[in-house]
Parts: sequence; structure tokens; C-alpha cells
Amino acid sequence: MFKEGVSKEHQTYLKQYRIRKASIAASQISMLVLFFALWEIAAYFKWIDPFIMSQPSRVFKTIMNLTADGSLFTHTGITVFETVVGFLSGTILGTIIAIILWWSDFVAKVLDPYLVVLNALPKTALGPIILVWIGGTTSSIIVMALLVSIVVTILNVYLAFESCDEDKVKLLWTLGATKLQILSKVVLPSSIPSIISVLKINVGLSLVGVIVGEFLVSKAGLGYLIIYGGQVFKMDLVMTSVLILAVAAALMYLSVAWFEKKLNKMR
Amino acid sequence: MVKKVVELKNVSMNYHTLNGETQAIRNLSLDIYNGEFVSIVGPSGCGKSTLLSLISGILKPTSGDILVNGEPITGPSSNLGYMLQKDHLFGWRTILKNATLGLEIQKKLNKESQAYVEHLLDEYGLADFKHHYPKQLSGGMRQRAALIRTLATNPDILLLDEPFSALDYQTRLAISEEIWLIIKKERKTAVFVTHDIAEAVASSDRIIVLTKRPAEIKNIHEINLTCDIRTPISCREAPEFRHYFNQIWKELDVHV
Repeated sequence: MFKEGVSKEHQTYLKQYRIRKASIAASQISMLVLFFALWEIAAYFKWIDPFIMSQPSRVFKTIMNLTADGSLFTHTGITVFETVVGFLSGTILGTIIAIILWWSDFVAKVLDPYLVVLNALPKTALGPIILVWIGGTTSSIIVMALLVSIVVTILNVYLAFESCDEDKVKLLWTLGATKLQILSKVVLPSSIPSIISVLKINVGLSLVGVIVGEFLVSKAGLGYLIIYGGQVFKMDLVMTSVLILAVAAALMYLSVAWFEKKLNKMR
Repeated sequence: MVKKVVELKNVSMNYHTLNGETQAIRNLSLDIYNGEFVSIVGPSGCGKSTLLSLISGILKPTSGDILVNGEPITGPSSNLGYMLQKDHLFGWRTILKNATLGLEIQKKLNKESQAYVEHLLDEYGLADFKHHYPKQLSGGMRQRAALIRTLATNPDILLLDEPFSALDYQTRLAISEEIWLIIKKERKTAVFVTHDIAEAVASSDRIIVLTKRPAEIKNIHEINLTCDIRTPISCREAPEFRHYFNQIWKELDVHV
């Protein structure tokens, strides 16, 4: 490093880096602004039918109305709650099943083809069955979210367990460890990054389950607002709900990503 | 009479895979005495590591007997400490926590044993790094921490499976000297598997040369080097060093 200031060359390099970073951010923001502006103008001049395509100003008005009567928070809260419960239980149950598979190679080999089929099957097809079995309640929405995420969790976490460094396991054997100790001292801790990244995938997957569940149960939540708005042709409501859903999904994903970053810093 | 700490009697080991049967070790008998530093060299893939796994009790021989301190082995024992090629320190544990891993597993972690581990860390230059994570340490320091993890359970016999092969050459020379000194100071018996002939000659009391697979004993060399201070690096200067080196090199009969 130069003690007396930074060389001119390095200054130019740093400047270029900052310019590039700023121009990426500027492009991202202007893309969003341009999209909403075009949408607004197109609807205003009736290039598109605002009744079918809605309009940012109408979306804004809808958000205001929904905020005023508090239903925005109720519906968003319900969807977020169902998703969080769904993906946490999907991750925990999936990890427990992955532990069983890791524990018994025989069980893993026996269940392998069934897991492959279950993984390939679109879980949303099971929606009506769950609705009939459990009923039109929050429980069936959560089960839906759990089903969508659990198979991916089992497969990914089991893969992480299996790819744990053999020599680290050997080291523990030489110290006289039991299988349970191998699980708790090496296999689980070394798989934490994989489990967190599964958690990140599961946020998105559980949300799919929750929205499909809310479509079917049709009582509350953003999915309910979307399907209701569609049925009564209130496109403003549909667009508003989709936008809020996008924001909520991004926030949930970001909080898991933040959690992952914190955890990785500790390692 | 020096006590025999490890005895192998007519030990054979076969591996089975769907492609067939592999004989790794054939009818091998060997005694290792208390306080000795024994190296095992042999062509790559000849079953050197298998031999260590057998002594450590994590593998069972197909036939033959293995005795440690006069008792047949039934599984991993706290009399034996195993050191692998890489340090395998756990990234999510501090150095102290890594060093006490064996005690934790053997349910022997108490104030006294923890104090012993801390004493080892202080003694061997890791006092300031107890609460650091492995990635904050250099390769040599990590290897020293791995040795302390092995010493923590206070084994009499150390099994070293090419413990320096993941290090660069300079670090390797320095750390093998250090670890040799620690092993001697703690009065341990060491069984050292290596493919580095020079390292073996410099550090050993005895060198066992194995044949190609299935491994049998080809020759045993008693190493007597004339050097003032008996440490691996200074012993590389001994006049006999080259003689042992050349002889073992010839016995290994390497064709590339």
C-alpha cells in the first residue's frame, strides 16, 4: 500500500468502480419508475383499458382504502403467517426425515424411487384432496405450503448430509464417537449452510402453496383477494394484491438471506 | 526390555466390492515398542493407511490379531490418537473447542481435562488463539492445533497418517520438526505413515518398508544417524542420511 495518498491509477480505478455501481442502481430505479409512468400514461390516454389493465393511481387508491379499513394488514398478515409456518415446518420436518434417511442407508435406498416421484409430482395437484380431507381452514393452507417445500428439503438436506467430509467423520470414529455424536458434532453443523439455503428456496415454494391454498379455501389472505378480485372483475384489487404479494415475498426472502449472511459471518 | 505397545500377528485384510476382492494386507506381523518413532513407507496405494485404520480399531482385520498394550482391540480406544492428512479443524468451533472435541466425545470433559488442554495450547504457542476460529490461523498453527486435539485425550500411541502432506514444503519442514519435538517431549509412541522418504529418515527410529499391494514387510531399517542434536532438521545433515535415503528409495522400486 502507498502511504502517501493513493496513486492516480488507483484513484481512476476506484472512480470507475463507483460510477459503474451508481449507473447500475440508477438503471434499476429508472426502469421501475418508467414502467409505472408508462402504465399510468397509457391508462390515462386510454391506450389500454384501465378497467382490465388497472392503473397505478387506482392501485394507490385501493391501497389507501384497504389501509383505512385495516383489511390490507389482515390479509397480508394472514398470508405471511401461513407462509412462515409452512416453510418453517416444511424445513424442520424435512430435515428430520433427512436425518432418518442418513441414519439408515437401507431406508434411504428403499424410499429413493418414492421421493423421486413425489419430487416430480406438482404438489398443487393435491390441493383439492387436502381441502376435502382437512377442510377449508388455515390448516389445509399450511399443509399445502408444507407439502410444496418438504420434498425439496428432504432431498437437499440429505444430499448435504451425504456430502459431509468423510475424513471428518473418520476423525470422529477414531475418537470413539457414537452415530448420534457424529450427527450432532459434524454432520448437522457442517450442513447448516445447506439447510439455510434450502430455507431460502422454501420461502418461495411455500408461498406457492399458500397462494394456491388461499385460492381453494377462499376465506382470507392475499390469494383470496386475488381470486375474489378476479371473479368480480375488480382488477385494481387484483393488481394491488399482486404488488403487495411481490413486496411481502421479497421481504421474507431478504430476511432469510440476511439471516444466512449473519450466520456465515460467524463461521 | 522395552515394552511392546502394538503387536500385529499375521494380519490380513481384504476388501470386497462388486468388481471383486482386493487383498490390501497379507500376513503382516509387526511389533512397535514404547516410545519409538516408527515410519511406514511403501508404494502409493499399498495399504499404509489401511494398516493405521486397523491399529486404530476403526477397521477389523479379515484374519490375524492386533494387540495394543497387550490387549486385543475391539474398537477405537482412547490409548490411541489418530492424525489425518488435513487438520480437519471444525470451522464452527474455536481452537479451544476444537481441541476439546475428543474429550467431549469420550465424555471426559471436566475442569481438570480442560485445564490440561489449555496448558497444551499455552505450551505450544497457541495461547493467544484459543478463542480464534481455525480460518484465522496459518496452516502450521492449524496442524499444531490438530495435534493438541489428538493429545487432549492423552493417548500413549499416536497414529499419523501423512499429517503434513497438505502443507507447502517450507511449512512442512518447520511443522514436522515442531511436531516431532512435541511428540518426544510428551513421550508418545508414534506410528507415522508417509511417502516422503527424507521425512521418514530424518524423524524415525525405525522405518518399515512395505511391498506393493497386498502389503507385506519388505524390509525394516534401524536408523542410527550421527548428529549432535537429535531433531529431524539437524539430522538431515548426518553423513548416513543419504545412505538410508538411497537404500529405501531403491527398495520402493518406483517406476513412473
